[in-house]
Amino acid sequence: MTTISSPLRATAPAPPPPSPTRPRRARRGTPRQWLRDGGLSTLVIALPMILVFGVFSWFPIGRALVMSVQETNLVTAPVFVGLDNFVFVLQDPLLGKAVRNTLWFALLALVFGYPLPLAAAVLMSEVRKMRGLFSALAYLPVVVPPVVAVLLWKFFYDASDTGVFNTIAGWVGLGPYPWLQDATSAMPSLVLEATWAAAGGTVIIYLAALVGVRTELYEAAEVDGAGVWRKIWHVTLPQLRGVLFITLILQVIGTAQVFLEPFLFTGGGPNNATLTVLMLIYDYAFGSSLGGNYGAATALSLMLAGVLAVLSAVYFRVTRPWSS
Amino acid sequence: MAANTRTPALARRRATRPERPERGIVSSHDRRRPSVRGSLGVLQGGLLVTLVVVGLGPILWLAKAAVTPTQETLRDPLGLFPTGIDWANLATAWTRAEIDHYFVNTLIIAVGAWFFQILVATTGGYVLSVLRPRYGNVIFGLVLATLFVPSVVLLVPLYLTILDLPIVHVSLLNTFWAVWLPMGASAFNVLLVKRFFDGLPREIFEAARVDGAGPFRLLWSIVLPMSRPILGVVSVFAVIAAWKDYLWPLLVLPDPAHQPLSVRLPAIAPYLELDVFLAALAISTVLPIALFLAFQRLFLSGAGLGGAVKG
Repeated sequence: MTTISSPLRATAPAPPPPSPTRPRRARRGTPRQWLRDGGLSTLVIALPMILVFGVFSWFPIGRALVMSVQETNLVTAPVFVGLDNFVFVLQDPLLGKAVRNTLWFALLALVFGYPLPLAAAVLMSEVRKMRGLFSALAYLPVVVPPVVAVLLWKFFYDASDTGVFNTIAGWVGLGPYPWLQDATSAMPSLVLEATWAAAGGTVIIYLAALVGVRTELYEAAEVDGAGVWRKIWHVTLPQLRGVLFITLILQVIGTAQVFLEPFLFTGGGPNNATLTVLMLIYDYAFGSSLGGNYGAATALSLMLAGVLAVLSAVYFRVTRPWSS
Repeated sequence: MAANTRTPALARRRATRPERPERGIVSSHDRRRPSVRGSLGVLQGGLLVTLVVVGLGPILWLAKAAVTPTQETLRDPLGLFPTGIDWANLATAWTRAEIDHYFVNTLIIAVGAWFFQILVATTGGYVLSVLRPRYGNVIFGLVLATLFVPSVVLLVPLYLTILDLPIVHVSLLNTFWAVWLPMGASAFNVLLVKRFFDGLPREIFEAARVDGAGPFRLLWSIVLPMSRPILGVVSVFAVIAAWKDYLWPLLVLPDPAHQPLSVRLPAIAPYLELDVFLAALAISTVLPIALFLAFQRLFLSGAGLGGAVKG
């Protein structure tokens, strides 16, 4: 078949209107030609994508920009209010608290959740037998529905001395701990659950990247007398750095939008100790039964998105010399 | 055709597989040394035990607690074997707590979300990769751009869009469409499928065109049957994502009669006895875990793929 179609293509430029490789672009512009070339059926096939993205992605994104400078309620027509929404959000005393909490969550999530999957993946890549079992076990928590995981852990975190975790702590003579009910231990408790729920995915990403590590470099390192640690440090990690950089920024972007854990575990408490930026956005828009402050909510979400965009741009700028 | 183009690659990969794992960080020579083998064994054994306790432990605990009476779970939460198995918990949760109803809602949401994600991703990927109209690049750019917009930006304006659709002015609140359609707008899926279609041999498309196949026929009879692997990955992730979703259905399905398990479970928790509640949690977990066990390879390759594409 190839042999038939390619001579056809080769002879196509011969007639007077010179046509490129694609004959159907020959006489561009005339609607009848467009129809005859199947332009209509192409458009029909493209329609689901255009409609779904148009209505549920492009339109709301544009609307977010407009709404942030409007006062929107569902009764009267929106009014232009300039930067009032941004001023309102920036003057909200809870904003500082929410930002600090979100940063704290992100930092803890990095400390708990960044090195562990890497260590587990490197160790798992050295497993000869039953590697599938290892990855399946690591990935299992990712499959548990997040709401179920949170509700289950909420029971585990029971603060009485017969709570599940307090019983375990009691075996080694520790506790009982207040877990979710204390302002200082609530956030680490949330992060612990979030790490449990997400680490398996990162492990699998690292395992996939580890397959691509060029093994002849290990031999070269051995010739130079390198031990296991130096091989990991000088051969394995440098070859993973592209993936490591990406997972780091993706994790930061993800944790900056954390919602489920604080919402379901603590509702932002105790004493707003786990109120995050996304929870504040939710409260602005949907928290009050009197009707939402949609302008403030979109203003805050745009600011968050802006900060994340600047952060990732700077991050990729800074890491580029090392990542390729 | 598909078989012809795939087999050599697969065969080659299979042929090299026995050689590749031979060489890891620790050399085969070192592996034979007893001290190395011992410490590696201890480390890996430790990892396996940790993974079993941390990964499987909570799930097994939930399975046990689902059939244990409340008093016993409270008194001795870490007892390995329940003294009396209380199967009635599961039945009570299923009927009296109306988990059956919410289970069906979750299924409806998952199946619909699956359909729209597959529809948009395959037709979109087909247009962008194979048909390539002149406006294709613009659309592809716009689709890619949405990857860089964090979902938090969409939350409020998308909610207001659901309340009042542009042009037609219809509210989708409390209908499953409100969950299905926005899930279809996944740039990640379109990108994944387009990349896969880009890798299919062009000659087959040309041949089909010469034989008189129109664009619909080409999609249905040639492209889709060749795309089973990528359709599998997209399907599994579509179903799991729909099963996991919480905040969005909470907002657009305020009527409990339409709500999925993820939204109902926290709401009914205070009104249920502990053992029935834990049974409800267990029932909600069964299907995702069964899917994972059945399509393990698809899940794991998909998770790795996610990293590769994002990278």
